[in-house]
Amino acid sequence: MDGAHDMGGVPWSDPVQPEPDEPMFHAEWERRAFAITLAMAMPGGWNIDMSRFAREDRPPEDYLQKSYYQIWLAGLERLLLQRGLVEPDEIAAAKSLHPAKPVARTLTRDGVAAMLHRGGPTERDAKHPALFRAGERVRARNIHPPTHTRLPQYVRGHVGIVERVLGCHVFPDSNASGNGENPQWLYTVKFEGHELWGNEGDPNLQVSVDAWEPYLERA
Amino acid sequence: MTDHHRRDHHHDHEDHSELSETELRVRALETILTEKGYIDPAALDLLIETYETKVGPRNGARVVARAWTDPAFRARLLQDATPAIAELGYAGRQGEHIVALENTPRLHNMVVCTLCSCYPWPVLGLPPVWYKSAPYRSKAVKDPRGVLSDFGFELPNGTDIRVWDSTAEIRYLVVPMRPAGTEGWSEERLADLVTRDSMIGTGLPKRPGEAA
Repeated sequence: MDGAHDMGGVPWSDPVQPEPDEPMFHAEWERRAFAITLAMAMPGGWNIDMSRFAREDRPPEDYLQKSYYQIWLAGLERLLLQRGLVEPDEIAAAKSLHPAKPVARTLTRDGVAAMLHRGGPTERDAKHPALFRAGERVRARNIHPPTHTRLPQYVRGHVGIVERVLGCHVFPDSNASGNGENPQWLYTVKFEGHELWGNEGDPNLQVSVDAWEPYLERA
Repeated sequence: MTDHHRRDHHHDHEDHSELSETELRVRALETILTEKGYIDPAALDLLIETYETKVGPRNGARVVARAWTDPAFRARLLQDATPAIAELGYAGRQGEHIVALENTPRLHNMVVCTLCSCYPWPVLGLPPVWYKSAPYRSKAVKDPRGVLSDFGFELPNGTDIRVWDSTAEIRYLVVPMRPAGTEGWSEERLADLVTRDSMIGTGLPKRPGEAA
């Protein structure tokens, strides 16, 4: 979806502000929000693409007004409510009021290390050969799906070069919508700075994105 | 927009009403989910402890120092980083598919996630606030030299700059250039020079005299 999360190249007046000796978390609630989010994916049964969409799918002013972990919290609440794992009256009451729904698995303390080590690899066996080869010119399609996508707006319509073929990977546009993994070939596509930003930009700049085959057409 | 960004940095001592509302909401959620048996607070504690104390940029620094001292490892790292990094015991969530990027005198690499906050957790830990912030996500792909200047450094004129936007599940680790004057240094000593920002591409390694 087009949204405020898609920030590449958007004008911004503030400088980047590094924070010396930055703590990992800035408040206790951030620790808990982070950990609850990681732990709930197992009983919740959602995937990372669904989580990302639940975070980004909100009005721009809401996305921009919330801090990073407030967005995580809002995304988590949405997933819980959508699946009926929590009801709105329970959030209002700050306690469980209804019986738990049966869930397949939960994350125990003993299972944490294995879960983190396993991660979520996304590469899958290919069912057909890759359409593009390294060195080929491709154009990022000018698409604006209302659903989840990982093709940033600043490359849409622009021509780049396939630099690497990265294998066949779970396609977020399908996976986020519950339509299955639908694996697609993934490529690193490199764009010249002037192609993206015009001739006034940095003459020594190249930018790449990792783009799935359905995002690309031959140029 | 500016307020939002400022809040990212200071929300623990600004804007108390909103903070306490968020805090109460998180507590409520943890209570509800625990009562329902969906989560185990002890597992949450361990998740937090893992990222606060075990997984961080020290891991990546060891990878880079190994690449600086062991040419065969460097070759494996640049060829296929995920198994090379696993040799040092680092693997897993948000590092399932890692690509290592070599800085040279001609080319400087910088990593961003314009769409969210993708970052190679097993080698760098969780991302800092600035990495997740709007100014970095917007500016890195258009004016990376401006970003470097926000960090207080400049690349020589004519150095090519390559920005990698982490839009898929590939995670990028920059291998900075080994500082001059470190000939004969041990891997462990070299690792002290490797800063987190030098592995994102927004900084350089420390010079020999700067090591803690």
